[in-house]
Amino acid sequence: MSGTFVGMPAFPKAAHEAVGNQTLRANLRHATHTIRAKRANAVAEVSDWAELREAGKRIKDHTLRHLDRYLVQLEESVTAAGGIVHWAADADEANRIVADLVKETGESEVVKVKSMATQEIGLNEALEAEGIRAYETDLAELIVQLGKDRPSHILVPAIHRNRGEIRDIFTREMSEWGRPAPEGLTDTPAELADAARLHLREKFLRAKVGVSGANFMVAETGTLVVVESEGNGRMCLTLPETLISVVGIEKIVPTWRDLEVFLQTLPRSSTAERMNPYTSTWTGTTDGDGPGTFHLVLLDNGRTDTLADEVGRQALRCIRCSACLNVCPVYERAGGHAYGSVYPGPIGAILSPQLRGTASEIDASLPYASSLCGACYEVCPVAIDIPEVLVHLRERVVQGGPVTREGNKVVLKPAKGHGAERAAMRAARWAFDRPGALRAGQRLASRTRRLHPRTLPGPGKAWSATRDLPAVPAEPFRDWWQRTNGGTTDEGTAK
Amino acid sequence: MRVALFLTCVNDTLYPETGRAVVKLLTRLGVEVDFPMAQTCCGQAHYNTGYRHEAEPLARHFSDVFGEYEAIVTPSGSCGAMVRELYPRMGERARAEGRGDTLAATLAPVVPKTYELTEFLVDVLGVTDVGAYYPHTVTYHPTCHGLRGLGLGERPRRLLQAVEGLELVELPGADECCGFGGTFALKNADVSAAMGTDKVRNAESTGAEVLCAADNSCLMHIGGTMTRLETGMRPVHIAEILASTEEEPAS
Ligand code: SF4
Repeated sequence: MSGTFVGMPAFPKAAHEAVGNQTLRANLRHATHTIRAKRANAVAEVSDWAELREAGKRIKDHTLRHLDRYLVQLEESVTAAGGIVHWAADADEANRIVADLVKETGESEVVKVKSMATQEIGLNEALEAEGIRAYETDLAELIVQLGKDRPSHILVPAIHRNRGEIRDIFTREMSEWGRPAPEGLTDTPAELADAARLHLREKFLRAKVGVSGANFMVAETGTLVVVESEGNGRMCLTLPETLISVVGIEKIVPTWRDLEVFLQTLPRSSTAERMNPYTSTWTGTTDGDGPGTFHLVLLDNGRTDTLADEVGRQALRCIRCSACLNVCPVYERAGGHAYGSVYPGPIGAILSPQLRGTASEIDASLPYASSLCGACYEVCPVAIDIPEVLVHLRERVVQGGPVTREGNKVVLKPAKGHGAERAAMRAARWAFDRPGALRAGQRLASRTRRLHPRTLPGPGKAWSATRDLPAVPAEPFRDWWQRTNGGTTDEGTAK
Repeated sequence: MRVALFLTCVNDTLYPETGRAVVKLLTRLGVEVDFPMAQTCCGQAHYNTGYRHEAEPLARHFSDVFGEYEAIVTPSGSCGAMVRELYPRMGERARAEGRGDTLAATLAPVVPKTYELTEFLVDVLGVTDVGAYYPHTVTYHPTCHGLRGLGLGERPRRLLQAVEGLELVELPGADECCGFGGTFALKNADVSAAMGTDKVRNAESTGAEVLCAADNSCLMHIGGTMTRLETGMRPVHIAEILASTEEEPAS
């Protein structure tokens, strides 16, 4: 499997295989249902959860509204603290900046803290092309990297793997990357974790350059924050001589006080923990303690364009807790890979088509990868109305309209391939606008009811392949109503 | 009290028995029911598939037809949610597009007056025991738009619990979507079918004879899966159970 998502087929096609893969479905079902139940308990313990959710939403909205101001403030405080700030408009620019920074150090390998932003821009592949090897140090990321696989979950990128598969990957691949797996490795979690620990320790002690993302950036002090469970991130942040952090511009919070809200909602929503085991914060550089050089690469990559959209911008509130993935019935069946992005699940379905645009087949199909059941909105700790954004993006796909791409206002044309649907929607609207036409249609359907097939042609075929259609009744309600005067006269049935 | 029945285009065309049940039930409870013949469709399928501009005239039509009534009752959680949740949003969007307040003003009157059936019974009429008789084991599936859109909560369960002869059994994974989702069932047929199958397997595990819900669209999906999987269970709309009496029992 390739490490990138370029050229993915549309969601329904990608999901088709996952739905038929029994191992994958069992792995996902087990994992999501376990965390789902734990999360619900962890959230129920907090009496002011609704207020926290509202506060998180407000802080994020406020910051986004004044993002320009806070970004300038952040740059000033990071610089004052001894860090160097770089601005990257897109993935290519960010990758080039990081590669050049690594080359300046004369090193050819880096250790990485788990980071969505660097995955989003395909940093590992870009570094590889420049002769620099990036080692993932998060346990799940390590599994994905060793397995030449792609992440399928925001928090647990290897959620689609079970213990047996992980043992096999370790045994087969570890020696390629460094210290081999111990002889006779079993699939007990303790042994697997131990094998990873030994393998990674060598990397930590050797690495001169660390690459990270961040969960938050505090504008007032220029502090970056990473929350994690394993402590590997902290090693990456403190041991190397040079630290390069690539962070999306939406990760800002104005003050330390604002962090309080998210340090409560994030761990409970993501890992169902009251507090995450490791919270690391770093502010510029300090002599004799931690990296001597600190670079912050601020990544746009479609974020300002997203911010320009009134309905869609709420996606930028996301704190990547992954709660929406864990409750999503579609994610549970289709798996993370079907979303063709490092952001799978409900948040991926609204974020990717905004960051990347809706031009590709996969991006145009993502807004439809949901039954609009609303479970994602209900659990989201920053109250992102994901169904609302999905419908908004569907509109963009089928009807086109004004969007901002690379800072310019453009008017999108309706996507191709929706012609028949559009015609049907228009025809239905026409008929529904005229009660007489609707009634004529109903009568025709009733009169010909014995001729109706129980399976459908065309786009309906997939439906009736697995489900039976209801029979058309002998008489639509409105005819009964009229015939019986609202049920007050003849109750006999129509022929 | 006189109310307008908004039956929905799906019920009108495919499930007239649900409409007859609502009329029978409300009449029994002393409510005068009117069925405005000019009603058509609330525009939900259009709106949710991305055709907001096609949905707008349907919403206007809805307001024209129902605007004068004291209350509008519908046996569909999703169409109820369309009017209550999404009509205001359509108005806001029109405003944001610089088209003024006209749409918002046209739609505003119907929004607070539209009730899903169980909501109307419990909140407006203040009854939970509607005097029904239904001697069957029933499991209840709360549909997404009723559950999360309208926040129906325990209302349907309380109504069912008060039905004489009815044994209510809990559905495992009740809050999970059945996989219908309107055009989702067509566009993502594989995932939709997988969700439907899990829902039906869960329902089967309860041993109930009947799966009840407050939305025929979901019941169509679940029922179609049930017959295909040959479970022997039946999908029944809650209105038919609540309308059922000892003298005139529903099957
Ligand atoms: S959208 Fe909400 S629930 Fe989903 S990952 Fe982001 S913050 Fe978490």
